[in-house]
Amino acid sequence: MPDTPPLVEPPQPDIAPGYTFASVTDQISAVVLTKRTPIFWYLCFSVGFGLVLLLLLCMALLFGKGVGIWGIRIPVAWGFAITNFVWWIGIGHAGTLISAILLLLNQRWRNSINRFAEAMTLFAVACAGMFPLLHMGRPWLFFWMFPYPNTMDIQPQFRSPLVWDVFAVSTYATVSALFWFVGLIPDLGTLRDRTRNRAGRMIYGILSMGWRGSAQHWSVYETASLLLAGLATPLVLSVHTVVSFDFTIAIVPGWHSTFFPPYFVAGAIYSGFAMVLVLAIPLRKVYGLQGLITDKHLENAAKVMLATGLIVAYSYIMENFGAWFGGEVYEKAAFWNRLTGPYRYAYWLLIACNIIAPQFLWIKRVRTNPILLFMSSIAVLIGMWLERFMIIVASLAQDFVPAAWGIFSPTRWDWFTFAGTIGLFTFLFFLFVRLLPMISIFEVRTLLPQAKVEEERG
Amino acid sequence: MTHGIYGLIAEFDNPTALVKATRAARDKGYRKLDAFTPFPIEGLTDALHLHRNKLPLIVLTGGIIGGLTGFLLQYYVTVINFPINVGGRPLDSWPSYIIITFELTILFGALSAVLGMLGLCGLPMPYHPVFNAPRFALHSTNRFFLCIESSDPMFDLAATGDFLRALEPHEVSEVAH
Repeated sequence: MPDTPPLVEPPQPDIAPGYTFASVTDQISAVVLTKRTPIFWYLCFSVGFGLVLLLLLCMALLFGKGVGIWGIRIPVAWGFAITNFVWWIGIGHAGTLISAILLLLNQRWRNSINRFAEAMTLFAVACAGMFPLLHMGRPWLFFWMFPYPNTMDIQPQFRSPLVWDVFAVSTYATVSALFWFVGLIPDLGTLRDRTRNRAGRMIYGILSMGWRGSAQHWSVYETASLLLAGLATPLVLSVHTVVSFDFTIAIVPGWHSTFFPPYFVAGAIYSGFAMVLVLAIPLRKVYGLQGLITDKHLENAAKVMLATGLIVAYSYIMENFGAWFGGEVYEKAAFWNRLTGPYRYAYWLLIACNIIAPQFLWIKRVRTNPILLFMSSIAVLIGMWLERFMIIVASLAQDFVPAAWGIFSPTRWDWFTFAGTIGLFTFLFFLFVRLLPMISIFEVRTLLPQAKVEEERG
Repeated sequence: MTHGIYGLIAEFDNPTALVKATRAARDKGYRKLDAFTPFPIEGLTDALHLHRNKLPLIVLTGGIIGGLTGFLLQYYVTVINFPINVGGRPLDSWPSYIIITFELTILFGALSAVLGMLGLCGLPMPYHPVFNAPRFALHSTNRFFLCIESSDPMFDLAATGDFLRALEPHEVSEVAH
């Protein structure tokens, strides 16, 4: 195929040079259709599957015996479940940021990472959604959270942030799934046309709904993508805001503060980009996709991590400053307890992971070294988990009157359930990598220089 | 007039040639045209005069309906159906309705964007004649197709075929019904 030379060479190409429409299509669809499944995939998939079995065991025990198998005791009624919920849902935020906000900002480099980042969002939200359900004690009555005419003649309390959260998280899950599926339709068409397998042709054919790449369809499709991005952008900012309302609307010291919403959103994007890097770095190596997910992508993600990390650091400082400057005795005590109390190790580890570790990202050599980047992303994920743990557990454990204090210590079932959802995430993610194109094929085609139409009219 | 075929399809190997061919066909007077491409092409939307579609209106309507649903649902529940008097505070506490109103606006807007897009495109569509074109499977890899349908008043098997061949495509073929 004769490739027409580009009119203007872009300063820093979004993907490696030398690709054609066919080679992009081949390389991405081969992962699903023809390539031998690498050992790495089997390894991760089996670990994920093993942990899913552990999760099922934990759930069976939980439903049989009740939430008492966890370490939650009054006053710490939220414990690991809500920590994990906030952590998982925060991770999801990066996917929407990449797919929606960067689309609106016309950041075209996002085209080769948005698909798997959106999948990450979807699976992270699935893991997040499990925790409030499991934490209910009687999860089979979850529908009591929604308003519907019922024989008990009662309704949800719409003035409660916990009810807002139900609506925010379920809307977020629905919109993320829609956005992800709409993005997949043209690529499912590609898989349908390329697979040699009869069953594959049927399944991808049904899922692609008869997509035929018609110009009329593309025009509507592009409008739909833009509108969905425009809707998802305020949504993603609202979700973690509403999650932070679960805390700020309460009067518990350490929770009741006005800057939680931006602080939570920044933290969410921080941990989400860390997860994007944790997934992207091994995947591109194993599947040889360095030409599509380039060092530029990793570096950009690292920069976003550094920027949001600085916002988080600023929030920690302001939080402590506010407690001191506000002069409220319980607020002051709560922060002093974080620094020096029974959870001080978690606090200082969180400072090390979230504030000190990412400072190395100022150095370009670190940003362009996948191994160091991978390690700092893991540090950020641990740090962000500890942050939520500190906010939730340390505040509840030592709130007002010392006589009512109580220390939380997790049981093995707390840890197993958490590990189980990490397994569920891994399991779903590797299933996705095996069965669907993990990079958006049609959006990568638009990045090629030969995709530009040369104008010669007039 | 009927031809027993769906139309004639020409295959190009780059987007520039396709856009040029589409413009030529429009200029010649053909109106029942469609192009099939592996990715969205800005110039094509121009060439086919496709700039307007009803989707923004559908989404706006969906969003407004969602917002009204969210607000009225909460108003109905907290004021009429299940009023709770907490120390004489007003039942119609609209500031606390804002979040769910917002979430339902987004939810209904997004649902109408997706359903509206599928509806306007006529998807899902289990059968379409254009898939009968011999090399059409390549439309989703690296080939760019222009189809002139036989229902176009100017369509004439020989003349349209000659016109398409003059545009120097890779190949011109008939599309069976």
